[in-house]
Amino acid sequence: MAEYSAFSLLRNALAGNRDWKPAWRKPNPKPSYDVIVIGGGGHGLSTAYYLAKEHGITNVAVLEKGYLGSGNVGRNTTAVRSNYLLPQNTRFYEHSMKMWENLSHDLNYNVMFSQRGVLNLAHTPGQFDDYARRGNAMRHLGVDARLMTPAEIARRVPGLDMSRSARFPIHGGLMQERAGTARHDAVAWGYARGADRRGVDIIENCEVTGFLRDGDRVVGVATSRGEIRAGKVAVAVAGSTGRVMRMAGIDRMPIESQVLQAFVSESLKPFLDTVVTFGMGHFYVGQSDKGGLIYGGDLDGYNSYAQRGSLPIVEEVMSEMLALFPSLATVRVLRSWGGICDMSMDGSPIITKGPLPGMYLNCGWCYGGFKATPASGFCFAHTIARDAPHELNAGFTLDRFSRGAVIDDKGQGPTPRLH
Amino acid sequence: MLITCPHCGPRDISEFAYQGEGGRTRPDPASTDLEAWNAYVYQRLNTAGAHDEIWQHAGGCRSHLAVVRDTLTHEIASVRFAREHGAPAHGRRKPGARK
Amino acid sequence: MSSRRTAAGGRIDRLRTIRFTFDGRAYAGFQGDTLASALLANGVSLLARSFKYHRPRGVLTSGIDEPNALVTVLRGDIREPNIPATMVEIYDGLVAVSQNRFPSLAYDVSAINQLGGKFISAGFYYKTFMGPVVGPLKGTRFWMLCEKVIRRAAGLGRAGLAPDPARYERMNAFCDVLVVGSGPAGLAAAREAAASGARVILTELDPQFGGSANWSGETIDGEPSKAWASDIVGELRDHDNVRLLKRTTVWGYYDGNTLAAIERVGDHKDAPAKGAPRHRHWTIRAKNVVLATGAFERPLVFPGNDRPGVMMASAAQRYANLYGVLPGEKIAIFTNNDSAYRAAVALNKAGATIAAIVDVRPEISEDCRALARQCGAELLVGHAVVGTAGGKKLTGIKVAQFAIAAGALPSGGHNIETDCLLMSGGWSPTIHLASQAGARPLWNEALQAFLPPEAGQGWIGAGAFNGTFSTADAIAEGFAAGRAALDLPRVEPGTPHVEPAPLDPRPAPVFEIRAKGKAFVDFQHDVTADDVRLAHLEGFVSVEHLKRYTTLGMATDQGKGSNVPGLAIMAEAVGKPIPEVGTTRFRPPYAPVSVGALAAERFGDLKPERLTPMHDWHLENGATMYSAGLWFRPMIYGEAGETIEQAYVREARTTRETAGIVDVSTLGKIAVQGPDAAEFLDRVYSNVFSTLAVGKARYGLMLREDGLVFDDGTTWRLGEHDFLMTTTTANAGKVMQHLEYFLDVVWPELKVHLTSVTDQWAGAAIGGPKAREILASCVTGTRVDNEVLPFMGIVHGEISGAPVMICRLSFSGEMAFEVYSGAGHGTHVWEALVEAGKPCGMVPYGLEALGTMRIEKGHVTGAEIDGRTSARDLHLGWMLSKKKPFIGSAMMDREGIVAPGRLELVGLISLDNRPLAGGSHVVMEAYPENPHGSLGHITAACFSPALGKYIALALVSGGKARHGSRAHVSDPLRGRFGPVEIVSHHFFDPEGKRMHG
Repeated sequence: MAEYSAFSLLRNALAGNRDWKPAWRKPNPKPSYDVIVIGGGGHGLSTAYYLAKEHGITNVAVLEKGYLGSGNVGRNTTAVRSNYLLPQNTRFYEHSMKMWENLSHDLNYNVMFSQRGVLNLAHTPGQFDDYARRGNAMRHLGVDARLMTPAEIARRVPGLDMSRSARFPIHGGLMQERAGTARHDAVAWGYARGADRRGVDIIENCEVTGFLRDGDRVVGVATSRGEIRAGKVAVAVAGSTGRVMRMAGIDRMPIESQVLQAFVSESLKPFLDTVVTFGMGHFYVGQSDKGGLIYGGDLDGYNSYAQRGSLPIVEEVMSEMLALFPSLATVRVLRSWGGICDMSMDGSPIITKGPLPGMYLNCGWCYGGFKATPASGFCFAHTIARDAPHELNAGFTLDRFSRGAVIDDKGQGPTPRLH
Repeated sequence: MLITCPHCGPRDISEFAYQGEGGRTRPDPASTDLEAWNAYVYQRLNTAGAHDEIWQHAGGCRSHLAVVRDTLTHEIASVRFAREHGAPAHGRRKPGARK
Repeated sequence: MSSRRTAAGGRIDRLRTIRFTFDGRAYAGFQGDTLASALLANGVSLLARSFKYHRPRGVLTSGIDEPNALVTVLRGDIREPNIPATMVEIYDGLVAVSQNRFPSLAYDVSAINQLGGKFISAGFYYKTFMGPVVGPLKGTRFWMLCEKVIRRAAGLGRAGLAPDPARYERMNAFCDVLVVGSGPAGLAAAREAAASGARVILTELDPQFGGSANWSGETIDGEPSKAWASDIVGELRDHDNVRLLKRTTVWGYYDGNTLAAIERVGDHKDAPAKGAPRHRHWTIRAKNVVLATGAFERPLVFPGNDRPGVMMASAAQRYANLYGVLPGEKIAIFTNNDSAYRAAVALNKAGATIAAIVDVRPEISEDCRALARQCGAELLVGHAVVGTAGGKKLTGIKVAQFAIAAGALPSGGHNIETDCLLMSGGWSPTIHLASQAGARPLWNEALQAFLPPEAGQGWIGAGAFNGTFSTADAIAEGFAAGRAALDLPRVEPGTPHVEPAPLDPRPAPVFEIRAKGKAFVDFQHDVTADDVRLAHLEGFVSVEHLKRYTTLGMATDQGKGSNVPGLAIMAEAVGKPIPEVGTTRFRPPYAPVSVGALAAERFGDLKPERLTPMHDWHLENGATMYSAGLWFRPMIYGEAGETIEQAYVREARTTRETAGIVDVSTLGKIAVQGPDAAEFLDRVYSNVFSTLAVGKARYGLMLREDGLVFDDGTTWRLGEHDFLMTTTTANAGKVMQHLEYFLDVVWPELKVHLTSVTDQWAGAAIGGPKAREILASCVTGTRVDNEVLPFMGIVHGEISGAPVMICRLSFSGEMAFEVYSGAGHGTHVWEALVEAGKPCGMVPYGLEALGTMRIEKGHVTGAEIDGRTSARDLHLGWMLSKKKPFIGSAMMDREGIVAPGRLELVGLISLDNRPLAGGSHVVMEAYPENPHGSLGHITAACFSPALGKYIALALVSGGKARHGSRAHVSDPLRGRFGPVEIVSHHFFDPEGKRMHG
């Protein structure tokens, strides 16, 4: 019998909801583990889950500095998609998509993955051809994509300004119907519970303060809760990558940490049943099941670890929203927040063994990390367990930059803020 | 955020364009040391704390400014013209000293 | 319904009756009423339904912290959802409707959700709706069916679809001191700061300055506090250096003491004043800020605390004193602190009967006892309310003995008949802005509240914000803050004499009364005390987990009232003191802000439009315009009945046969000047420019530092130290920044000056066999023959009296000339050229024909220079100088960039005589049912009039090695598959005979 089901809800309700177990235990750290995963965010937790599930490695600790899921897994705009241009990315994110499609069952936790589609709007014939290139690239890898005419778009997204006199008239769009949104916090909690039930120790409020070394080799970590040794140490700390790697003596990384703001409106009755992106700026919007419009735009565009954004970006994002949906001027912004994005030099992630012996690294998610959560953990666990990458992450190396083998989906070169 | 441009005075951040981490040393243009180029083009200190960075006053005098800004608090410790101090010693060649 | 209006008092204008409707029913109120006060005056107690259980709800508060009474305001088709009725000022013709109910507010079918009770407790949706693992509802399908139902049930108000015609406006303001909040502390601060002559801005979120002075009923130095406040406001109004902003919420505290505020300019009127916006978005840059934002009264958590008729005590006091409205006739009070006693007296004075005062504390002060006696209330100390009765309207409460240590005691419970219960659970200072500025709040055990820490850099607190609840002390603090904000020397403030004397501000540490029934912590989201305990049981203990798991504090009121009670209940469950459970860090906005206000003048005008000098000519001559970035450019000059293809084919063919003219003003143009200009260009271009002769132009290629292609264009040497660089239209700004960066940061020793002159020059390119003849017929002051103006030569002359600069270069592959004139002469010169071309039938041509001719020639543009291609990929390796280093030279030969199998530029010819399309992929064999095996893609396609075929440029793996071979296009998105021949990208006149002429 599954721990969570309509039946268990009813049984517990009748018992006054007094018999529920904690979603995950609160263990104290043991002196040593087979694998330590630094970072109790989505990727760290999914890594631990797949280490246990796929590779039978259960003597694992996930160390989280604050509360579980306090990073970007709880601070994103929840979109899940695999509409990339370059095959390395498309294959990886499509694998992730397939995992998403069965994730609630796999975790016995409803992560509310809703395949309501992601629609990229094109505003010129040239842009439409660009999107066709990307959509065709997806189709040639077996990924769903279709082009939409303005008439179809108007039917699907009623509030859009479809007028020809719009500053950037809508010329068409690229739709991935299987894409959608998920409940971000549930993903962290679901993986945490799944890992915990398989024996993984999830240790919150445990800040890594240094690495234990045996020569070059990493053999454990020093933490705010004592030293913990491990056969393998995996780093999955997204925006904090620079800070953590510095403790291992690695001063420079192909990463810049930058703030991305996101916004949620007051709760509304269903307004938008897909995710829409603007083609002449940087804006995307969806609607949560609770009714809030969840939207965001461009990075603030400078290095920051502060989780606080600046006003010009707020104004920019709101302006872009109204360029698409002029009726939303009367709707009100309820909350904003900032997440620290680990912007890589080509916009693609790093999942690799190294750079030190005994160490494994997962970073460079830019602002696309949420949708990658299943595949990232899956591939990272594989890399840790087998000491070799899965074919899906074989290209996501750290040395691809020096070799010139970058995976630059946007073609922006080594300017992280533009990816 | 406000940046005090040494030429124009305090101005809103919306007037400035971020140009990335400062203090990076561009290798000698003729250098074929790929490791040095890789470090310059792709590797970043990404400091949490006092961070050297370059901003252009794009909506003003268009000068590039070498700014020291705390990436944890966004407080700005200093601003000066990048051309006066910020440029690395390497990577410069005397004009006229061609080839 | 009996009128609840008192005979006199309040800020309302009883001579001005205002008529409005709520849910279609007509009501009357007075000028100065809010929707909430007017409906209360009309005896309306049911205003809304809650989010999850659809429980009937009334008005809980009197301000911005209202969680229950949300309405939608309608102005024709325009809907403004989720506005607290407490914040809506009524005007004649106001139309408001309730939300989240069906079919009506009184009878809402979704109220059945209440029966779900414990089944739909916090986080229940994570545990179910997953559906079967196999079968037709596997994967996400079952969930998505459930989701449809859930989504329809969730959500509050409905957004409209009609574009909002209102205007929004942005203002920048600068001041020495921004005072946020105009209660006694804020007024004192503003007066003191203004007196020194400093620039002061005072903001107040209400329609009236004065804050608590307007309703407290106190006297300050013998004068009624209301009059005291209006005297100071009058004084401030006379200062030129003071700006007073009412109806203004400061909602964001950003870096560099930049604060954002929204002024509701027109919401209280049926139409905004002439020229006035609906909302004004203020960006205020303040040297210093005085935060005098007051405090919110907290609800108590007990069963049935959400029934319509239960209200905050201070809110009731405001309704009585500001609006002359009694929220009930027979009122009971439930409190854990002294402040509610003052509310009791105020309501009694206004005419209400006070049935009982229920106080959880076993002992209360003699002052409080006297106040209870004064209003004739039964006093029940050591008691608590354990339940409420009534359906959609309170009819009575159940009271039981209460011991702080043990909680509610079952003995001695009795019922009290009442139609209104006022509660007070202590006060939480409004520290949101300080928190946004980075301050970590500190728990104060005595006040049972989070207080701001020591003043931060940039702000100073005063009054209730600091936990200073005595009006006299608040005024003293305000005075001191006003001086400190300006670094004025400290002066001992004369503390004013305030009557009545302040009561003890310390509440009993009681937040919840545990008894049977749903006790609400977060009213709007229906989060109960049991939900908080369930979160604890399941390990969602940290404050962020609590919020996210139960949705506590995530409603439109953002937890202003529910935050501390929720924390307190969690702290009790965990067995830790409140501060160890944590506190939320507040983020902008402090209160919801309209999207329109933040977009301000960019609402309806997102980006500027860039028009070339000849724009009007194009429109007058039948051009269909194409938006290219910010620019507008002619796509075709179509004739009646022509398709786009027919038009561009005609334009291109005519150009190749006789002549054509195209507007190239949008090309980026940068003046590169100075003694080191040539050296600079050698460094930034991959090819050499220092050897270029004066009066000649050269095609140049730029790489990025990583060795991939960045941009291309021609650069003209106008003088020894004077170059004019052109860039692609799309990259003009990026190239300028790139050059400036290197000049300013990397090579500051170079004596070069860069000036963007894109907008200063108008450009017309004329090409075709007759181009020279046409040019010769209208240019004066120079010859344009081969001798004077060879290929890539530059001359100066005049056309129709306007000075022009002519360079003989060609993008079309024809004998062609770019004619540049000052932007102001652009149309004049253009018209002269068009006139000169008429005899031989020259046509104007647009981007489509331009693109066609460049495809025929195999020239690259942004579609090929896509940030991933190398010079060699584009067969431009010959432009990579081996004689000098240049930007990108060190990195361009790395293994990944020279690896075999990269996408290379090729030409394609359609073998089935059907059009090709950009974005199609190229495969060896097409598999329409199962597309795979992509080798690359088409970057640009056209019908080539020169070849009489559909052709394309493409980036294909293996590129040149495939010349002459057959492949297929594969475009599953548009259903186009078919054979093509891979050929050289130089389709037409590969030797360039035509342009060299």
